[in-house]
Amino acid sequence: MARKLPKVDVVIVGVGWAGGIIASELTKKGLKVVGLERGKERKTEDYFMVHDELRYALRYELMQDLSKETITFRGNENIRALPMRQYGSFLIGDGLGGAGVHWNGQTFRFLPYDFEIYSKTVERYGKDKIPADMALQDWGITYDQLEPYYDKFEKVAGISGEENPLAGKRSSKYPTPPMKKSPAMVMFEKATKKMKLHPYMMPSANLSESYTNPDGIKRAACQYCGYCERFGCEYGAKADPVVTVIPIANKTGNFEIRTHSNVRRILKTGDKVTGVMYTDVTTGEEIEQPADIVVLTSYVFNNIRLLLMSEVGRPYDPNTGTGVIGKNYAYQVIKGNAIGFFDDKEFNTFAGAGALGMVVDDYNGDNFDHANLNFIHGGMISLSQTGLRPIQNNPVPGGKPTWGKEFKEKSVKYANRFLTVASQGSSMPFKRHYLDLDPSYKDVYGDPLIRITFDFEEQDRQMAKFLAGKCADVLKEMGANHIDSMKDLGPYDITTYQSTHNTGGVIMGADPATSAVNNYMQMWDVDNLFVVGASAFPHNSGYNPTDTVGALAYRAAEGILKYRDTGGQVV
Amino acid sequence: MVEENKENPESLSRRKFIRNTGYTVGGLAVGGIIGSVLPLGMAKKSKEEKANNFNQALMYFTPEQFRVVDAATERIFPKDDHGPGAKELGVAFFIDHQLAGDWGFNGRDYMQAPFYQGEKVQGYQGRLKRRDVFDIAIREIQNHSKAVYKKDFTALKGKEQDAILSDFEADKVNITTISPSGFFQMLRSVTLEGAYSDPLYGGNKNMDGWKMKNYPGSQMAYADIIDKKFKKVKPQSLQNHMNH
Repeated sequence: MARKLPKVDVVIVGVGWAGGIIASELTKKGLKVVGLERGKERKTEDYFMVHDELRYALRYELMQDLSKETITFRGNENIRALPMRQYGSFLIGDGLGGAGVHWNGQTFRFLPYDFEIYSKTVERYGKDKIPADMALQDWGITYDQLEPYYDKFEKVAGISGEENPLAGKRSSKYPTPPMKKSPAMVMFEKATKKMKLHPYMMPSANLSESYTNPDGIKRAACQYCGYCERFGCEYGAKADPVVTVIPIANKTGNFEIRTHSNVRRILKTGDKVTGVMYTDVTTGEEIEQPADIVVLTSYVFNNIRLLLMSEVGRPYDPNTGTGVIGKNYAYQVIKGNAIGFFDDKEFNTFAGAGALGMVVDDYNGDNFDHANLNFIHGGMISLSQTGLRPIQNNPVPGGKPTWGKEFKEKSVKYANRFLTVASQGSSMPFKRHYLDLDPSYKDVYGDPLIRITFDFEEQDRQMAKFLAGKCADVLKEMGANHIDSMKDLGPYDITTYQSTHNTGGVIMGADPATSAVNNYMQMWDVDNLFVVGASAFPHNSGYNPTDTVGALAYRAAEGILKYRDTGGQVV
Repeated sequence: MVEENKENPESLSRRKFIRNTGYTVGGLAVGGIIGSVLPLGMAKKSKEEKANNFNQALMYFTPEQFRVVDAATERIFPKDDHGPGAKELGVAFFIDHQLAGDWGFNGRDYMQAPFYQGEKVQGYQGRLKRRDVFDIAIREIQNHSKAVYKKDFTALKGKEQDAILSDFEADKVNITTISPSGFFQMLRSVTLEGAYSDPLYGGNKNMDGWKMKNYPGSQMAYADIIDKKFKKVKPQSLQNHMNH
């Protein structure tokens, strides 16, 4: 029998960006909130030895321990799903701040087109443009409705940037000016302008200057040390939950964080949830935390897994298309890239910041005509200078050889003489891409792992090829002596790193038949349960997801406060 | 090779760094690392430390295994006009030390049954740990060398060693317990790790791997050079920070 604790107003499952934001907003209003975090505490001082590529980037210091829990994967339903035994395609964060600690800090708003993607696609191209097996749907919210929440997140995080000429309207400027421009970025800017594209500075959570946010949190400027993605920031210059929203929640005295607390079930009575059951991972004890409101803010996979294991919500059935939990799993199509080698130039590419770069959106969303193309949407194209660390960056022209005398000579020669122009392709939902519980593989507690059924489709192959060609064009204009670009996307491969941009599974919408949560992230089926994060995305855009996760979290916080006052569905 | 032995005039002391970069908000130094490590100064190394590298001994490999790995990694990353190869960089020591720890035991990998052969895109599905894979692969490198050339791998000429390794890379060796190409890719990756990881792990001796690539290692800041043309920066290892 689990030990039962006194009831609190709100229990939050997972203390990363979404959990931290919701905790800060609710505790400011006087609600008593408990945050359950299965990993350990993290703080800026931990990163004294952070410039260690082996430990952080290749031994995954900040990531979930896969020996305890992983996911299983299959390309389609005819294949046996097998566990992801080692890291590859994406990196699941762990500990206070979650994946928000090890991100790069690229902080884009989605396009107005994204939120009404089904309606706008039909309007411009007709229904036939959407393949029969694509599960495209509107988000149940518009860009204009979400804009104030983007604005709020960007101010709390202190995002550095400049207006994107091809994006939705902004109610105010970025709170801090754009970052510095490296010579490679200047080359990209000149080339894309010459090509009549619209370059702008990448919106960055690495602060361009010292900044005090509306909550009074002071943070220092980024030093371009080149260690962001997979690393924590030793300066607190990269916005993460630990240096922004969590201290605000702590200051109220209304927030209790319990680390090493792995939530395993949501508890339900009738049509309401009553709290959660978690295991104290240091003692193995099972503990029950009752609460008036439960908020799931763990990573995509665990949000869905908890719902399915707790039998809350209607599981998705790909055969009938009914049910919603696990539906519309999407990812990111990130391989449509080109790499250019420069014989006569050498760059400071060892230096950089996670969100230092320039971007064009001329081939993103519906910013270009798709009438004669075999895909919808697109992706951003960027040159980013995130810091080329030496173990993971050893390209040679033509990609061969990969070892021996010639490899060494060329990889050393070109170490600071290559630039990558990369696309970040959107990922459309398909009826047979989904998440459910694996029938055979278990975690360390004996609970089932989540199972991914996903592969790239013709939509993805066409888009990636198109975008890779555009990337190569830019490098040509930049004067590269040799350019290698992706020729064929191939199948989805879980062994090579792509991005930690997994989305969907508890998607938002206007219709309870086709979505799991309303546009306040409140479960249609359970009024006092909110599920927040990229799990709410009906598809993934051609941008990094965090800004949208932040905006939706602020929206959800507002919804929770409304629910506390009025009860019932808040829409 | 470019001379590397003069002090880099651009190297920033942390104190100067804080002054120059305005690393304060309202007069307060912010950020945990800065707050915790001031004041700064280089500790002097004792003569004894300079004379011995206590790290160069074996934690896992047998002497024979070490010699095979030392020779094989040197073919993957050979000494040339640009600088030292795997052997001089201490790559085989690095691999030995890695196999002795978490990585060798697949300590943070999911290793629960059932085990099935999967699709390539599903990744490694074996039950063997990395140290077991190395044991088998090293034995098979020796067996293959003896079968083809009637000699130990370490007694082969460079070209012959390359031919043996190429057979592993292309799965032209008949082994049932491990994937020859899977092992080769692992050996290649761990060789690059040994050449370019911080010297604290036993490879990248004297930061010579970094020097070859003009990689500056662990620096506090590049705010002064990020918007400038390429600039060579004298490398620093993590130990520089410990001595502060």
